[in-house]
Amino acid sequence: MKTGMLKISPGFEDIMPEEYRELVDNGPYGKNYGIGDLGSFKELLEEHPLCAGCGLALSLRLTLASLPMPEETVIVGSTGCSALAFPQVALHNIHSLFGNQNAVATGVKRALKLRFPDKEKDVVVIAGDGATADIGLDMVMQSWLRRENITTIMLDNEAYANTGGQESGMSMPGTVLNMAPTGKKFPKLSLPEIAHTSGCDYVAAVSPAKPKQLAKAVRRAILVARKIGPTYVQIFSPCPTNYKLNPKETVSVIRQREKDGLYQTKEFISEEAQAFLNTVEEKK
Amino acid sequence: MRDSTYKVAAGPEGYLPPAAAVMGVELPDPGQAIMEGECVDQDTAMKAIASKLVSAENPVFFPGPLILWDWKPGVAEKAAALKDLAEAVGAKMIPMPDYRPKYPMINPAIEVNPNHPNLTIVHNKIDVCLFIGVHCHYANIALKIIRGGTDCYTIAVCAEAGHEEAMISLRDAGICELQRLRELVIELKGGMSR
Repeated sequence: MKTGMLKISPGFEDIMPEEYRELVDNGPYGKNYGIGDLGSFKELLEEHPLCAGCGLALSLRLTLASLPMPEETVIVGSTGCSALAFPQVALHNIHSLFGNQNAVATGVKRALKLRFPDKEKDVVVIAGDGATADIGLDMVMQSWLRRENITTIMLDNEAYANTGGQESGMSMPGTVLNMAPTGKKFPKLSLPEIAHTSGCDYVAAVSPAKPKQLAKAVRRAILVARKIGPTYVQIFSPCPTNYKLNPKETVSVIRQREKDGLYQTKEFISEEAQAFLNTVEEKK
Repeated sequence: MRDSTYKVAAGPEGYLPPAAAVMGVELPDPGQAIMEGECVDQDTAMKAIASKLVSAENPVFFPGPLILWDWKPGVAEKAAALKDLAEAVGAKMIPMPDYRPKYPMINPAIEVNPNHPNLTIVHNKIDVCLFIGVHCHYANIALKIIRGGTDCYTIAVCAEAGHEEAMISLRDAGICELQRLRELVIELKGGMSR
């Protein structure tokens, strides 16, 4: 994004909707804000149409607040609940065909490298578990194997949530949903391990129940993707609508799952990525 | 093949009107403009635009991102010329700051979006609208939707090759063309008031 894109043409300030004036005056662009600053700036996602208590909405909010350079970030999304929120997100974002997100992100990243060879441009895929682990797994894994400099973030709500509730590869075994009445017969896919063995230099499994850990993982993943290689962050984001949870209990459900040993936070870092992160984090 | 009977006229033409290009409407050559599907010289089109704007009950300008955001040298000057023109016409401006569909949040009273420009037009009872600074592909979508679902007369002041979906479209239009339009409007208003 050009810096000038954030300046309203003189004389047009009064006709611009308030939302845009706030983004110009008090948005996060070029400010290096983090989740600790939430509440003090105009956020990139507000008034989204997702369900009450949606874990994905909470994860997305924290993820967007953790971007190291939102003004230089392009998000590539895919079909799913998050696609309903992205029209409200004040960032460059591309909606790709279901499952194609990592292929599209590859093209975007390569084009940006050619067009702006001296500038850092972060390409971040944010998609659901259906797009990442099922329909788009081919594109996702091939981008890892090709060592593309992109970050893949999966918002894992363990279901196809806006099509009536079907099981996904990320649903737990035995899961019964509206459109999966007999219960899931297969285990949850271990995508962090697959990402690790596919060559991702940074892999993390986090949740919005630990916002600081989530923010750190997102930042680390984006920084490593810039300089070293592909990265993957999996964010557990329970779906109150399909799992019939009380919307106010989304975070406590995550904590209970962790306590029961049914969900684990994880982090895999390659040696090269660790050395790089040490230098970056020492500078702080 | 060109269908000489097809006119790009104020609608409503109905749900999913054909694209004007498919019906044989071609973009104008440099120095020319397009008026209801026919190529005319630029001066004729400018006079027609001024006349439409002056005689409109509720003319509204839809400035797009290319003119709303001061993103490169020359934009602020063009924006000032547009503002002068709007003041001369007495037209309201409703911005199109970006192209996010923003479901379900669009407020048609204060903004226009290429995905549902008809809402803004119907809500504000706009009879003539002028597009400027809207990226070509989005402008064409919006102009086609307006033609399909409303009776609003559309004008596009384009800095590139023009828009066959608009009822009148200039091409290669910059500050000079905006200033000339302003002069024509003032002249026409003076003439009408005498």
